[in-house]
Amino acid sequence: MRLSVDNLACRRSGRRIFSGLAFAVGPGDALAVTGRNGAGKSSLLAILSGRLRPDAGRIDVAEVGEASLPECLHAVGHRDGLKSALTAGENLLFAQKLLGAPRLSPREALEQLGLGHAHDLPVGYLSAGQRRRVALARLLVCERPLWLLDEPTAALDTASQALLAGLMAAHRAGGGLVIAATHQALGLDGAAELRIESSVAPEPEHMEDWA
Amino acid sequence: MTRAILALIARDLRLAGRVGGSGALSLVFFLMIVALVPFALGPDLNLLSRIGPAILWLAAVLSTLIGLDRLFQADEEDGSLELMSAAPVPLEGVVLAKVTAHWLTTGLPLALASPLFGLLVALDGTAMGATALTLLAGTPALSFIGAVGAALTASIRRGGLILAVLVLPLMIPSLIFGVSAAQAASGGTVPFLVPLAVLAALTLIAAVVGTLAAAAALRWPE
Repeated sequence: MRLSVDNLACRRSGRRIFSGLAFAVGPGDALAVTGRNGAGKSSLLAILSGRLRPDAGRIDVAEVGEASLPECLHAVGHRDGLKSALTAGENLLFAQKLLGAPRLSPREALEQLGLGHAHDLPVGYLSAGQRRRVALARLLVCERPLWLLDEPTAALDTASQALLAGLMAAHRAGGGLVIAATHQALGLDGAAELRIESSVAPEPEHMEDWA
Repeated sequence: MTRAILALIARDLRLAGRVGGSGALSLVFFLMIVALVPFALGPDLNLLSRIGPAILWLAAVLSTLIGLDRLFQADEEDGSLELMSAAPVPLEGVVLAKVTAHWLTTGLPLALASPLFGLLVALDGTAMGATALTLLAGTPALSFIGAVGAALTASIRRGGLILAVLVLPLMIPSLIFGVSAAQAASGGTVPFLVPLAVLAALTLIAAVVGTLAAAAALRWPE
């Protein structure tokens, strides 16, 4: 798939977060979104995943058939979308049935992330890093071309970070796309960098309507 | 799409049965309210059997509210709602699945258990059957109306009280026709089927309007 974004602007609660963003990614590409806290990295990912409406600009998707953008992507963010009362396996099986396009079975995906033993454990019993790895295992149970990762290495140890880098490399080698918001090097070789320079040093003209 | 909706229903039913789920809670609450009334009114069997259907319906309306505030809020908080918005199902389908699961864990058990609880308020056989039937036809409307309030208060902390204030007035029509149908079955001038048909119509209207409205409320940016 190809994704191109032109002149994108975001406004939240009346405040301009960023404007004039433009980038394009194609098969095998990776994009690292950087910028200081509050610059709008997560807002950009929220716009791409369809949870937030852009203030201006256009997002074009090509080479995906009839699917809409939210149907071609996996989003892993701060809120992991896991139910504490269900086991890791049940959570992944649910995601697989909900999202469609199954690839690995939940057990295989968990084993790839070194969590095979957690398959039958309720997610509530897992540590923050283990929960994050269960959420990342979702990337493997369903086939989707675009991965949107928001601080994917948060709470991960070094071994798991290397594991994630390997998964992203394999995904890109298969023609997938990765867009990651991050403060750290993720091991994305040849990734383009999109730096969101925030327009807000609170200048009066940006504080206009707080409606 | 059907598979995704079925997966959602199955997940919600499973969650209702796990720790922290509201599985049997509304049924217990229903029993509590129905059991309290004879204590308050005293052992006047004639009075109890006359107002019995009304008591069962009031209890059903109140126990529908149990767990309703978490219907979308729980998924909003942990990010499951984002996951669902990436599914190849429109948000209306998600709402439909979640409301179905909610009804299966609250409304349906209430309707099935109501003949038993009817004993506590001295209902006779006909009235028990009629009340159960009206609850079966009417409680889906309560779930759908409640879903709109749950979607509106999904991002509000402790929105349970606001939710009750929002949705209880909207449940009044179902309450009126449910009770009048149940009472028509055990005498009166109106045939049983007339209020029952209106009740069923109210349920169908609530199903359409509630699904669309709840999905729109969830989509509301910010």
